[in-house]
Order: sequence, then structure tokens, then C-alpha cells
Amino acid sequence: MEVRVLFFARSRELAGASEATLSLQPGSTTAALMPHLLEQFPQLSELGTSFVLSLNQEYLAPGEAQPLKAGDEVAVIPPISGG
Amino acid sequence: MAADRAVLREGRCYAEVTPDPLHLQRLVELVVDDGAGAFATFTGTTRNTFQGKKTERLEYEAYVPMAAKKLLELCQQACARWQLCGAAIAHRTGVVHVGEASVVIACSSPHRRDALEACHWAIDELKATVPIWKKEFFEGGEVWKENEEWRAEQRRLRDEGEQQRRGPQPAAPQQQHGGEGA
Repeated sequence: MEVRVLFFARSRELAGASEATLSLQPGSTTAALMPHLLEQFPQLSELGTSFVLSLNQEYLAPGEAQPLKAGDEVAVIPPISGG
Repeated sequence: MAADRAVLREGRCYAEVTPDPLHLQRLVELVVDDGAGAFATFTGTTRNTFQGKKTERLEYEAYVPMAAKKLLELCQQACARWQLCGAAIAHRTGVVHVGEASVVIACSSPHRRDALEACHWAIDELKATVPIWKKEFFEGGEVWKENEEWRAEQRRLRDEGEQQRRGPQPAAPQQQHGGEGA
């Protein structure tokens, strides 16, 4: 199944793209995202632990593993600086 | 191509993410109400220096649909927490030059304290939770900024997660919600 991944700010610059499509095994959870993303975009490792993920425009809690389905929208969210 | 703007409106609440210049008066008009005895507003602008360096401009980027959704949620939370007639928040994206507004908030309420406190709370919460980023361009460089409010919120969420994994603690201290009263 395919999910859409969005990158912003520093994660966009490191990935060199504003979005990507990830092919995952059916039944995968959000825990499978980062290993796949780091394989495809090794530079993202420079983010270290300074990022959070969102799933369909809701933040995931640290360490939270939510089931994914085809067509989901995930975002790699580096430290925010709005205001 | 992702949309570069979003407007959400629900009941007394209004949220907007836009590449266009912001106008405070337009936002105030959105929360006009005959029952209001007070209007409080906040405007965040680009200042000309940061840590002794001359700022040339700020460039804002947003996860537009999620940012608009989170801004609307802030308005709704403010309405639930304080007695408000209306709450509106608009955030700009793209280049914001020195002196220009990047964010405006307007709250109206029957009595002044509610609008003032809601406005203060909303900007602190916005800086902790709404997916918007700014890059600062200064003399001789550029840098992605990071809000201290975001770091504090992440620390709070991590501690909360650890506490949940450990199970209830007999003398666990009361968790304070970030932002309020700062």
C-alpha cells in the first residue's frame, strides 16, 4: 500500500523534496515509517530526535504506533517556529 | 500543487493561513458582536534584530491545511475556556519584511479579562503547537528558528508518555498545561 509523506522546512531541505510516496506492507503502522524514510532519504538522520510525525493532520504522540492505510497523509514535522 | 491558503470558519471561530498581508481591522470585524464589551488583539511582527544581528526578512512556511485546522481548534479551545463572543486568528506565509505582521489574533468578550487572557493564551499555544516554520535571513546567513514553547510542549508530552508507561505514580506531580499564565 502507498502513503503520502510531506516534508516541511528543514525536513524538506534535507529530503530535497516537499513530498514522497512510500510503499509499505499492508498492515504497517506508523512505527515503520522512519526506517523506510531514512532508507530513501538518509540525510533526514540529521534531524536526530528533533521532529514529530503527523498522520492525516493530527500529531502522533512520541512512540505512538498507529495503523496505516492506503492513501494516508503523513508529515515529518521539524521544530516549529510560527508566530 | 498544495493549496497556499486556507480559511476555516465555525460558529464564533475563524482561522486563516494566507500568503497575503494581514490586516488587524479586518480580523477585529470578524469578532464584532453587540454583546461584546471588550476587544483584545495581538499582532506579531518581524523585528529588525535577533541576538545582535540585523534581520533582513523572515520567510514563513506552513503545513497549510493542518495549520488552519490547529488554529481553528485554538479558537474553539479559547471559546470553551473563556467567555468569548468571537475568536479569530490569521497567520501569514512567505516573505514577511521588518515591521510587517506575521500573525494577528482578535478576541471579543462581554468583559475585558476573558478577551485579554484568551489572546495571551492563544499566541503561546500557537507557538507550541501549530505547524508553521520561519527561516530568518540576516546579514551573512540564514537559520530555521525553533520556538521555546514547542520544545517545552515536546518535553511535557515525553514526560506524560513516560508516566503513562510506568503506570500511576503515588506522588506524581500535577501536570500543568503549557502556555497558560506565562
